[in-house]
Order: sequence, then structure tokens, then C-alpha cells
Amino acid sequence: MSEARTARTPVDTSKIAGWGVDADPENDPTYPYRDRSRDHGLSTDWQRPTQQRSDVEVLQSIEYKHFPAVYGTTVPPRGVSGAIRRAAFRWSESHWLHWLMLMGADRVNVVEGLVEDLARGKVPNVPAEMGARAEWEHNRQGFLTKAAVFAGVSAGVVLLFRRSKG
Amino acid sequence: MLAMDYRGPYRVRLEEKPMPRIEHPQDAIVRVTRSCICGSDLHLYHGMVPDTRVGSTFGHEFTGVVEELGPEVSNLQVGDHVLVPFNIACGQCHFCKQSLFGNCHEVNPHATAVGGIYGYSHTAGGYQGGQAEYVRVPYADVGPMVFPDWMDPDDAVLLTDVVPTGYQAAEMGGIQKGDTVVVFGAGPVGIMAARCAWLFGAGRVIVIDHFDYRLEFVKAYAPAEVYNFKELDDVVTFLKHTTDGLGADVVIDAVGGDAKGNALHTLFGNKLKLEAGSAIALHWAINSAKKGGIVSIVGVYGPTGNMVPIGNVLNKGLTIRANQASVARLLPRLIEHVRAGHIDPKALITHRVPLEDVADAYHIFAAKLDGCIKPVLVPGGA
Repeated sequence: MSEARTARTPVDTSKIAGWGVDADPENDPTYPYRDRSRDHGLSTDWQRPTQQRSDVEVLQSIEYKHFPAVYGTTVPPRGVSGAIRRAAFRWSESHWLHWLMLMGADRVNVVEGLVEDLARGKVPNVPAEMGARAEWEHNRQGFLTKAAVFAGVSAGVVLLFRRSKG
Repeated sequence: MLAMDYRGPYRVRLEEKPMPRIEHPQDAIVRVTRSCICGSDLHLYHGMVPDTRVGSTFGHEFTGVVEELGPEVSNLQVGDHVLVPFNIACGQCHFCKQSLFGNCHEVNPHATAVGGIYGYSHTAGGYQGGQAEYVRVPYADVGPMVFPDWMDPDDAVLLTDVVPTGYQAAEMGGIQKGDTVVVFGAGPVGIMAARCAWLFGAGRVIVIDHFDYRLEFVKAYAPAEVYNFKELDDVVTFLKHTTDGLGADVVIDAVGGDAKGNALHTLFGNKLKLEAGSAIALHWAINSAKKGGIVSIVGVYGPTGNMVPIGNVLNKGLTIRANQASVARLLPRLIEHVRAGHIDPKALITHRVPLEDVADAYHIFAAKLDGCIKPVLVPGGA
């Protein structure tokens, strides 16, 4: 869109008949959690904090006109999931595709996490990560049921695999 | 340092991670003394929040001791014991100037719609959370508050989120003296919302959930009338009938996207992720509010969309009010309430768990085992 289309056109409100005659400061559904006493809501300028500097890759919503002064630097995007995340940020927050791609990247990232664990010689203790000890202590019947279902499904998969090979 | 480490839906563990460092002149480094698991952490744990990366550390409810300060921090001293609001805020942007500290515009490059929250995915800024031994605290002059000597740290840690969120839920309800208030959800925030509804002059407080042990707790704690929706044919019809056929003046959704009670929402929202979580609690809230009534939302949903009866909002003339709690705004008043004995936050804590057992703590809380209402993680040496 051209600059001319997006530029603000100042309006002389004194020339608008009846401007503000029904304004009611008590008609404010944001009271009390939005305090307008220090800022009437029309001023959009503020003294910006010092900008954080970092070498870490941080993705940015295209809806921003500026890069926020402070941000988290944990877990930068990488691998296949990182590529999907970078692609997702081509769309605005208003697009479902943006969020669905991020959700998809999250699922890919789980597989990447398993591969990374194995690559550094660590076999993840998945039952412990899922709180199996707590399940055993506080819901023994549930634990045994889940264990039986897991054993049954595993046995079924092994059987199917053997048959398909035979 | 040791920190909680997310590995995928339903999987967390403890990992050795690098110490956080000052990355901005207004940062502080805090040694964590208490860190809660929040009901909204379960949305992350269940894989419902987009851009939740493997390797993340959760935790937005924590207290700690200041270990290091950036050169632009002037309100804190090394050694101060602080409670840290869950929202990160600059204190000077367009929104912070209006006390909308949960909506700061200088904290989250990943999304304009979401403020900055410790350990709550990259959608909320990509910050490390407090379920760790140490944590980086940005804008340390704005958020952290040295809590008074007389205050129990267990009370202080609940002032970082649960108490202000429950209080703001009631506040946004615009409760007038004598109003009937319905709260969906008897988790920690719902319990606190029910308690706070009385502070605003409610005449009747009703809490709906499906866990009897939580309903028994809030029945005594708030106190409140309690009903298990699984024992009702139709929760909305029941609420209409018990309010002279009119509905409640104020209805609070303190559940969010993990709501149970409707197979369609569970399928679309929780299993297929085609909705931003199951919105059945919000659906019920809209339909059980009186015409002209108010629906206050503090339950957390994802950023996409939900199936809710928006036509009924129009036709019934409802007012919907919602926001993340503006913790820094509310803290002075809430500390007065704790001191006066109007609110007893630490009574909600049912489990104190060493940080090392974080996986068990998540499972106990998520699966509602052992009568769990609120688990607190305590790092070694805290």
C-alpha cells in the first residue's frame, strides 16, 4: 500500500458538528484495570528502554513496527523445526497458518529432541519424564492399566512386524 | 545450574543448564527460593501453546534472592528477597503507562497480542522460567517487589500470579453488592476468584467443577456453594433454575483451554488442536450469565480461535472482560488483604516438592493425584 494511502490525515474536530457532546468519562468498561489518568490513550510515544543486543536469532512478528527492547534468548530456532518456525513468521498473528505451522514445528522438535539425546549417548527415561513414579505411588491401578496397555500394544506391533517379514 | 527441561507433551525432566547472565542493563539475576507449577503451565505441558520449544524451562510464579544487578537497576539491592510478577513489563510503554503491565509492548518480539511471561513459550517472549535454581529477571526496577518481613514466602509466591489473577477475575466482573457470582473451575485461580468475589460484595458465590476434592476445598475456603457438573443433566439449565430462571449477574471462566465436559471441544481443542483449547467452560459461562450480565475471563486460551456462542453474547447484551492479571498494579492492595487476614494464599499449597522431582510434581498436578491443588517446587538450598 502506498505511503499516501497509509498516512494519517489530520482532522479538525472543531469543524465536526456535535463533536464530543455525548462523551461520558464514566462510560469506560476498562475501569479499573486500565488507568487513563497518566495517559489519555491517544499518545503513542514513549521513551524507549535501552535496546538489548544479542547474537541469538530471535524471530519477530511482522505486526511490530519496532523490535521490542527486551526479549528472551533461550532455545533459538534450529534444525527442521527452526526452518518451519522461520517460515511461519512470514505470516501475521492473524493467520491460522502462522500458528498451525508453529504447532507443527513443536511436534517435529520433539523428534529432534529424541535424536539429540541419542546422539549424545543419552537414552531418555521417558517413563520417569512422564512421572511414572508418582503414578505408581498415587494411582497404582492406573499405573498397572497403562503398563498392561503399553505391553499389549508393544506385543501386537512386534507380532505384526514379524508376520509382515515372514 | 539445575532447571526443569521440557522434552515434549507430558515429558519434563531436570537438566544441568548454563547460569543465566545479565543481558540488558535493567536485568537482575535471582536465586529461586520458591517456584509454583501453575494451571496454565499444564497448557504448555499438554503441548497446547504454539512455539513451545524442546529444551525450554517453564515457571512464571517464583520468589528469590537477588544475586546480581545490571547497571541501570536502582530499586533493588543484592540480597533482597523478592516476589516476581509473572508478567515482564518495561513500565514506560503506551500500555504500561496505563497500568496494563500484562500487555507491555517492549518485551515480546514473537507476538504483539501477548505480553512477556517467564517460561511460557516463545509466543510469550522466549524467556527462561523460574522452575530452576537461578533466573534472569528483566526490567528489575519495574516488576520484582521486596516482600515485607512479616510475610511468609509461601504467601509471597502465590502473590506472583494466583492471588492477583483470582482477584482481577472478580474485579473485572464489576460485582455489585448482592450479586450472584458463578465461577467455573475450582483450581487455584478459581478458588481465589470465589474468595475475592466476597471482597467485592457478592451475595452468592457458586463454584462449578468436576473434582469433588477441589469442590470440598473451595466450599470451606471461599466459602461457596459447589456443584459437580458431572452430576447435573445440564449445568446451564441448573444454573438458570437456581437463579430464579434469570442466570448469574457475573460469571467467571477460571478454566481455560483444558476444560472438560464436552466431547466435541475435547476432540477439536485438546486432541486435534483445531481450536485454541477446549472452550466449553467459556461456552457455559456465556450461556449461564444473566441478560446484561458480565463474563470475566482469566482462563488461558491459545492464540487461534475457539467455538463459542458469540451470538448469545450479542443477543443477551453481555459484557465480556478479560486480561492477564496486572500483578504490579494489584500488589499493594493484595498485600493489605493478606495482612488483614482477608486472604490466606498459602492455604492453597498442598504439595511441596524438591526441584529434582519436577516430573513427578507435574504429573501429580496434571492428573489431579493425591488431592493436589497447588504444588510448589523448592530448589535445594532454598
